[in-house]
Amino acid sequence: MNRKPTLRQEVFRHILLAIASIVMLYPLLWMIGSSFKPDELIFSHPTALPTSFDLSNYIHGWTALRVSFTTFYKNSFIIAALAVIGNLAACSLTAFAFARLDFRFKRVWFVLMLGTLMLPYHVTLVPQYVMFLHFGWVNSFLPLIVPKFLAVDAFFVFLMVQFFRGIPREIDEAAIMDGCGPWRIYWKIMLPLSTPVLATAAIFSFIWTYDDFLGPLIYLNDMRTYTVPLALRAFVDSSGGESLYGALFAMSALSLVPVFVVFLAFQRLIIRGVALGALKR
Amino acid sequence: MATLTETAGRRRAAPALGDRIRRELRRSGPGYLFLLPWLIGFFVLTLGPTLASLYLSFTNYDLLTTPRWTGLGNYEYAFTQDERLGNALRVTFTYVLWSVPLKLAAALGLAMVLDRSVRAVGIYRATFYLPSLLGASVAIAVLWRQIFGGEGLVNQLLATVGIHGPAWVSHPSYALSTLVILAVWQFGSPMIIFLAGLRQIPQDLYEAASMEGASGWRQFWKITLPLLAPVIFFNLVLQTIEGFKAFTQAFIVSGGTGGPIDSTLFYSLYLYQEAFANFRMGYASALAWILLVIIAVFTAVAFGTSKYWVYYEDEGR
Repeated sequence: MNRKPTLRQEVFRHILLAIASIVMLYPLLWMIGSSFKPDELIFSHPTALPTSFDLSNYIHGWTALRVSFTTFYKNSFIIAALAVIGNLAACSLTAFAFARLDFRFKRVWFVLMLGTLMLPYHVTLVPQYVMFLHFGWVNSFLPLIVPKFLAVDAFFVFLMVQFFRGIPREIDEAAIMDGCGPWRIYWKIMLPLSTPVLATAAIFSFIWTYDDFLGPLIYLNDMRTYTVPLALRAFVDSSGGESLYGALFAMSALSLVPVFVVFLAFQRLIIRGVALGALKR
Repeated sequence: MATLTETAGRRRAAPALGDRIRRELRRSGPGYLFLLPWLIGFFVLTLGPTLASLYLSFTNYDLLTTPRWTGLGNYEYAFTQDERLGNALRVTFTYVLWSVPLKLAAALGLAMVLDRSVRAVGIYRATFYLPSLLGASVAIAVLWRQIFGGEGLVNQLLATVGIHGPAWVSHPSYALSTLVILAVWQFGSPMIIFLAGLRQIPQDLYEAASMEGASGWRQFWKITLPLLAPVIFFNLVLQTIEGFKAFTQAFIVSGGTGGPIDSTLFYSLYLYQEAFANFRMGYASALAWILLVIIAVFTAVAFGTSKYWVYYEDEGR
């Protein structure tokens, strides 16, 4: 708002915001602090600061399950990387067709594509499971990856269509005059000009796939195929006794690091993406 | 020969058939080639399963034997006998009715404070947004279980002022509240959308109102809220639908049970249990369609009534 705040108002606001920030971040700080504490200290004192910098929870937690977290991280990153590639490739092809090419029934397909945005995942959950079960894909990464190569995340298609439409048509018209076909326009002109939207789609594909819980929960039953979220859940189930809390905190905190790093690296893109009002979280 | 003359004859009657196909191919061919991955996905992963799900919702299906047609049996059971479903609906609606308004109020409040302050907005914005980005993860749900556990952070803090708190997550009266708090904690993303909306409001409106002597409170009701209505509407619809779909947090906090005594049995969690723990795939499909109808009705009502309370600036231009 307009009025330049007085110094007192400004200071007051900053105090308010600082308190709010601490309240917001305290749970995270407490988790990180606890991950360095021995178990008996975690639940005896509410301060986040650890008294020592003890890595034993991490060392212990890494191999606390039958399979080590090396495997879980490897699985998570393989799935997330392939999901990102699939989403970028398939969604950009689809978006290019909708934004730039002319073909029969284009409007019908476009409306159907937007319609899939509204469809809750629950509806396709059971039949997709039955289908993948018949394909023999359960306990493999395929049900989590193949759909991404078929542009099922209509949301990214929509985002890219919006972006492609903003690129001046004169550019492709000039390219057509020079004898470029649709493929070359897509590959040599559209994609290089669309790095912001491609980066946004890649970032959110990564975060959503990495965080995904329901998909892996349904399709991955063998612990060697578990992703990090599934492993954490198994950890919770296995640590009935209180002896593993520190290790559980350590592994939970560690599992947030990839998303946090992505956030630090691409903060501006992420916040702009959310501000566009297009991204749900 | 016969075909040749036939083709020739037809060509005379509808001269362009072959050409038309060729022209059509030249026109639509590239488009469909680019669209191919999505088309396959649409038919195989969306449309096919949607129709299959509708069919399964009228059957009993346990994955092992073929689906057995039961007509409206699943729906009849859902509406007349299934007490857990009634409970799941109650839990889900309670969750949505508490978490969405609180989340949006926090988002709007902080957005307005941030919009007014001049320095270091970026840092606060990032700080408040971070929980939205991390909040959907299993790790945060695990953390929440510990924070609101018997000896968790909350009770430790309460103990410093002499209050002995219960184990919030395993108490049927409080477990759902911990999930509402978790949702409100993630107010950052609607806040960013509000912030973008606030920036669109012309400053001179406030200046004029100040000159007329309108108080800050009056300015909020008469300028900010009406002009922000489209953004509020957008956030409201989006957050409500997300609320209906919530799954992971309730699953982790309750250990997959929806407990204690079904007090956190979200609709999605109940559907998951029916499908993948009890293998009642037909009934789970019926549950999915009931949810689809609920979301569709909500969306229709929201959009239908929006013209009475959402004012779009460029209307009638």
